Amino acid sequence: MSARIPPGTFAAAALIARKDLAIEFRTRSAFLAALVFALLAIVIFYFAWDATAVSAIDLAPGVLWVIFTFSGLLGLHRSFGVEEADRAIDALLASPIEREAVFLGKAFANLVFVLGVQALAIPAVALFYNLPLTRVLGPLIAIAVLAAIGLVSIGTLFSAMTANTRLSELLLPVLALPFFVPVVLPAAQSTARLLAGRPVSEAMSWLRILIAFDIVFVVACALAFPFTLED
Amino acid sequence: MPPTIEASGLTRSFGRRVAVRALTFAVHRGECLALFGPNGAGKTTLLRVLAGLLRPTSGNARIDGVALPGGAAARSVVGLISHQSMLYSALTALENVEFTARMYGVLEPRDAALRALQRMRLQDRADSPVRSLSRGMQQRVSIARAIVHDPRVVLLDEPYTGLDEGGASALSDALRSLKASGASLVLVTHHLGEGLALASHTAIMRDGRFLTHEPRGDVELETYRETYREAVTR
Repeated sequence: MSARIPPGTFAAAALIARKDLAIEFRTRSAFLAALVFALLAIVIFYFAWDATAVSAIDLAPGVLWVIFTFSGLLGLHRSFGVEEADRAIDALLASPIEREAVFLGKAFANLVFVLGVQALAIPAVALFYNLPLTRVLGPLIAIAVLAAIGLVSIGTLFSAMTANTRLSELLLPVLALPFFVPVVLPAAQSTARLLAGRPVSEAMSWLRILIAFDIVFVVACALAFPFTLED
Repeated sequence: MPPTIEASGLTRSFGRRVAVRALTFAVHRGECLALFGPNGAGKTTLLRVLAGLLRPTSGNARIDGVALPGGAAARSVVGLISHQSMLYSALTALENVEFTARMYGVLEPRDAALRALQRMRLQDRADSPVRSLSRGMQQRVSIARAIVHDPRVVLLDEPYTGLDEGGASALSDALRSLKASGASLVLVTHHLGEGLALASHTAIMRDGRFLTHEPRGDVELETYRETYREAVTR
């Protein structure tokens, strides 16, 4: 029998994330669904928009964060769906890795997924609403990444909780959306200030709230996650 | 030498329903306990407790000397095979087995995965996506996944489901070889013949209890079939 040392938490998380991304890269089902949803939503919002009543700068932050929130849910739902299909989750949980590694690995793969959707949706929104993207690109990317961290933490936890329930498609948004509010609200507010041409310092108070909720959610979800896997 | 698997008063309930009732047994190195019983007897629940997937409600169990739920130390020596494949259909057979090898910290995981697939006579389908394989082949990949880390304890829940003659023979060979190398097996099956062929001990389970639990001895299949029928209809 060969000597074996199971991977540590972060190494195991990296293996799980790589495996999840490989599956998504092969199937592309969730990414394409999220992307099509995002582009459709942009087009619908655009044609429903009365430019004489609301300026593009006022409307765009709302459009952007509605799209990110709901397209993200599509990927988050699939996160544990791939584990439940043939009960691969049992093999994962029977392996000698820490439960927290499963959370971190899944959350990282979901983060890449959400950032991928954002990377394509932000230029599309900028194009439709003629936003001055180059001027605020750096801070906007920072906000998108910070918000994505909060969203995937919550989403990964609730995806695990709801994956093996009969109404998982319904339960995930019902449970996760209220917890998304403390992340989406400061993200939308700081985006609005940036797009309005205000200095970054003016968005800082909202960014601090976003960072605080990110820390709370990442820690709380990582600690709570092992309990969601117990029967 | 202490037993590899040891249970004492092991009980697992789901709410008011008791799935496993105060079971006491031991499986030593190189032994196989074949567990028979009707559907809903508690066999799968017992395996899930031993695999560390469920916590015992009361009583205790030890795997390789580690009390359950024993964390990574207990889980690292266990291989779990179920009638569900526990595979990722979008990945290839090799990627699935290699992923598990890495999770158990197996040295040279790709080589170990290839060896495990070869053991299950699937080396020529290593690069095929699991979804393109037949049900029987998927089951053989699943078995390769479960034995890639040379487990000291192998828990098998209806492992022969979906296997053709070649697959069943490859599985029996692999299990005999694991047994010979000192692994302890717990085999849940409805097929008395397959169970008796590997068993060193047998147990018949119903309503979470062992109705019988005895050394296999040299009992004939037909005699044991009669014993089983009597036990479950009593």
